[in-house]
Amino acid sequence: MADQSTNSAQTAEADKGYWQANLRLIYISLVIWALVSFGFGILLRPLLSGIAVGGTDLGFWFAQQGSILVFLVLIFNYAWRMNKLDAEYGVEE
Amino acid sequence: MDQFTINLLFVGASFALYIGIAIWARAGSTSEFYAAGRGIHPVTNGMATAADWMSAASFISMAGLIAFTGYDNSSFLMGWTGGYVLLALLLAPYLRKFGKYTVSEFIGDRFYSQTARIVAVICLIVASVTYVIGQMTGVGVAFGRFLEVSNTTGLLIGAGVVFAYAVFGGMKGVTYTQVAQYCVLITAYTIPAIFISLQLTGTPVPALGLFGDTASGEPLLTKLDAIVTELGFNDYTAHHSNTLNMVLFTLSLMIGTAGLPHVIMRFFTVPKVSDARWSAGWALVFIALLYLTAPAVGAMARLNITDMMWPNGGLEGGAVSVEDIDNDARYDWMATWQKTGLLDWEDKNGDGKIQYYNDKSESMQAIAEEKGWVGNELTKFNRDILVLANPEIANLPSWVIGLVAAGGLAAALSTAAGLLLAISSAVSHDLIKGAINPQISEKSELLSARIAMGVAIVVATYLGLNPPGFAAQTVALAFGLAAASIFPALMMGIFSTRINNTGAVAGMLAGLTVTLVYIFLHKGWLFIPGTNSFTDADPLLGPIKSTSFGAIGAMVNFGVAYVVASMTKETPQEIKDLVESVRIPRGAGAAQDH
Repeated sequence: MADQSTNSAQTAEADKGYWQANLRLIYISLVIWALVSFGFGILLRPLLSGIAVGGTDLGFWFAQQGSILVFLVLIFNYAWRMNKLDAEYGVEE
Repeated sequence: MDQFTINLLFVGASFALYIGIAIWARAGSTSEFYAAGRGIHPVTNGMATAADWMSAASFISMAGLIAFTGYDNSSFLMGWTGGYVLLALLLAPYLRKFGKYTVSEFIGDRFYSQTARIVAVICLIVASVTYVIGQMTGVGVAFGRFLEVSNTTGLLIGAGVVFAYAVFGGMKGVTYTQVAQYCVLITAYTIPAIFISLQLTGTPVPALGLFGDTASGEPLLTKLDAIVTELGFNDYTAHHSNTLNMVLFTLSLMIGTAGLPHVIMRFFTVPKVSDARWSAGWALVFIALLYLTAPAVGAMARLNITDMMWPNGGLEGGAVSVEDIDNDARYDWMATWQKTGLLDWEDKNGDGKIQYYNDKSESMQAIAEEKGWVGNELTKFNRDILVLANPEIANLPSWVIGLVAAGGLAAALSTAAGLLLAISSAVSHDLIKGAINPQISEKSELLSARIAMGVAIVVATYLGLNPPGFAAQTVALAFGLAAASIFPALMMGIFSTRINNTGAVAGMLAGLTVTLVYIFLHKGWLFIPGTNSFTDADPLLGPIKSTSFGAIGAMVNFGVAYVVASMTKETPQEIKDLVESVRIPRGAGAAQDH
């Protein structure tokens, strides 16, 4: 009985840590997500207008292509890290 | 062989392929009909999601909207891809862990309320039907062109095909056919783009060609800016629209993506939680192949069209003559498209030439007066025809034109079928079996699913005859509705234990209602033309157009849910435990039916 309750307390503790780690990763990813699209692509475009890319500026590139490439990296990075995190905290299926 | 026969051949062959696969993988039991027994690999699932996702709006409509507006329509590109980040991080793995078949089942269980479930079903139906209207617009354009009939006839024929197609499919048929459709549509989109990119920039990769140099050594985009401004249009790469509206529009498309049932449903069909995470990534890989090409297609087509209308080197060289349009084979596409009623020109000043310029621009009005022009003579150029007409404009071989025909139809059909499936499962599984008559037999459930599909397609066809906008714009409205209603409920359901049943219901109703009212005020009540009080040129709230309102609706949803939840009874413990368990992948078994 005692063993079981320590076990489940430990599990609960680990689950909490897992969720916190997940939230941290989500938070960082979403900051980058917003920065490349709403930031570089739209709001910060005037700041980047000095950087020329193929007949236009960097902001245009982010709005039409760059942000999409960053989104891809974000999703695969998240999947890879979370699957590692699952194993680390012993919560995998 | 003439072009008409070649088109029919390509379209016919691709259809035979899809129908063959659908018959081979015919759905038997209800669980197969909805979620294909959960045996689908993440890469396969990603490809099918991409086909499901990239509809007439992405394939037929989007590049045209970018071509004629330039940078300002980048929102479509960022919005329709950025949503996958939200989906992968905030929803997909948890909904898979939850392990039910539909989005509204999750909402009903998490908010322990039959009302929440029914409200979610209503939100799904409203968003999906709006979405199908946009698809039908694209179907009408595509069938109209390839059968060389009017847009309306094309739409009616298309509706029949979509219906037959969705009714006999079911998800399993749909999953494998959608893989085939993805292959057809991506080839069809990319091949003409490669040809055109080679012609204009010498680069075989269109995405690189967009930022490449033309034969004269001048960058493509610089050249494009110069020739369109010469005709009085806005320079292509500059920002002209309202910034706030652009941000809200992009955000609406992003969160709408993560709230659309036919996309979320895809993540129920992978074997494991970790697969749900990978699936979203794979889906975006396959989507990005088209989305990285689309801005190149838009810019290059705009350049080609302008060159065609001013074939002698811009304004000074003089416009194309009516005689050339009638007789020169390079201008044959104009006559073909004129038949659909979506393209038209008129020699208003009778000088035997067709002057294409921006007659709203003041500097152009002065030039026009001097030269004796009385207005823009390319009187109609529907944005939705651009991608389909593109290979003809660039004078590509006829097999490429046939291929694009097949691709455009694949895009429109696959999404329409996916949506009809989402609508039919919402009605039969959630509304009838879940709420009205839980004792319904499996057979009657399937029957009611098919009846729901039929009704949805009739409504969508009727409204598609007088659509509230170009295909991609109508679809954007659907995203606004999904963004305002479903996404906040799902996200709060996973990330907050505070939000209770009443909070969620109030939030969804508030978000859906304000967004729907705002859209109807601008686009007409129930999209009936002429019943609107405002237009998107001069919207009710400052610069915020009806297509951008979804982001505001979502904020209303979050806000109302939070306030109402904090004033009402706390979420019970067993629901808090449920939320905890959804957050942890451990123990995700096969899905349960109930």
